[in-house]
Amino acid sequence: MFAPIRIDCMTEPAKSEVPVLRGRRAQRGPKSRVRPGLSVFGVVGELLITGGALVLLFLGWQLWWNDAVMAASQSRAAESISQGWVDEGKPDPAPAAAAEAGYGDPVVAAAPGDQTAFAVLYVPRFGDTYKRTIAEGTGTNVLNSPDLGIGHYPGTQMPGEVGNFAIASHRSANGGGMHLIHELQLGDAIYVQTADGYYTYRFRDLEYVPPSAVEAIAPVPHDPDLTPVDRLIALTTCNPLLSTAERIIAYGVFESWQPTAAGPPAELAALLPAA
Amino acid sequence: MYAAIWRLMPGPVWVRLLLVLVLLAAVLYSLATWVFPRVDTMVNNQEVTVGAP
Repeated sequence: MFAPIRIDCMTEPAKSEVPVLRGRRAQRGPKSRVRPGLSVFGVVGELLITGGALVLLFLGWQLWWNDAVMAASQSRAAESISQGWVDEGKPDPAPAAAAEAGYGDPVVAAAPGDQTAFAVLYVPRFGDTYKRTIAEGTGTNVLNSPDLGIGHYPGTQMPGEVGNFAIASHRSANGGGMHLIHELQLGDAIYVQTADGYYTYRFRDLEYVPPSAVEAIAPVPHDPDLTPVDRLIALTTCNPLLSTAERIIAYGVFESWQPTAAGPPAELAALLPAA
Repeated sequence: MYAAIWRLMPGPVWVRLLLVLVLLAAVLYSLATWVFPRVDTMVNNQEVTVGAP
C-alpha cells in the first residue's frame, strides 16, 4: 500500500538537488526547520531555572564547601594559639606532688576585650581532631570568622569561675562548631584550654529552649536571682539542624583544673599531636 | 537564551563544549569567591545565640 513512494525514491536517487545527507543530520531534515528565535517566555523560563539553580548552589556552598573550608581554617587557628600557650608555659616544671593533691581552685582570668581569642575548646565527642578558638562576643565577627568560630557571651562567667561559662557557635555552616551537639552523652569530656591551663567539664544534659531564653545562660540557669555555687559551662547553638526556630543548650559541670605546665589531661593529651 | 548563546559560539561542537566548560568554571569560581560570601552576610539564616539578637 505504501509501495509507490518507496519505489519513487529508489528509482531516482541521483536526480535530487538536495545534497545527500547521511547519519543524524539526514533524520533531522533541513537546518532551517529548527530555528526558534528568542521568545520572551523562553528567556523568562530559562532565567527562572537559572535562579533556582543559583539558590541550590548557594546552599551547597554555605552548608558544605564553605563549611569545610571554615572548619579547616578555624581548626588550624585553634591549634596554633594552643601551641603558643603551651610553649609559653613550658619553663615552669610541674611538681609531681601537686598533681596528687590537685591544683586547688582554678585560676580565673579576667574577661578579655571584644573579639579577643582567650581559649580553645576540645570536645572529643565532636571528633578526635575537633578544636575551636573561643573569643569574646557572640557577633558574626566572631562566629563567622575563619580564625575564631566560638563566641563567649559577654557578662557570663569565665572558664573555671563559679557560675556559667556560656558560649555559642554555629550548628551548620561557617565551620559548624557545634554540629554534633546532639550526640553528647552523659559524662563526655569538654575541655577548655586557656593561657593559664586546662579546665575539664563533664557533659550533664541537653535543653531545648526558645530563642528568647536568655535565662539559660544565667549563673544558675533559669534562676537568675540565685547565687551560684557550681561551675558550669553552657554550649548554645540553633535547633533543629538547619533551622533557627529553637536553641539547644548543652550543660557541663566543672570537674578539674590543671595549669599549663602540668600538661593536658591524659584523655586530651592522647588526642593532641605529640609536642 | 542558552540556545542563542550556543549558536553564537564559534567553532565545531567540541570547541563549543570546551568553551561551555570554561565559562561554567569561571561562573562557579566567581560565585564562590565573591557573590556567595557577600550573600552570606546578608541572608543571616544562622542565628545561634539566646537572648537579644
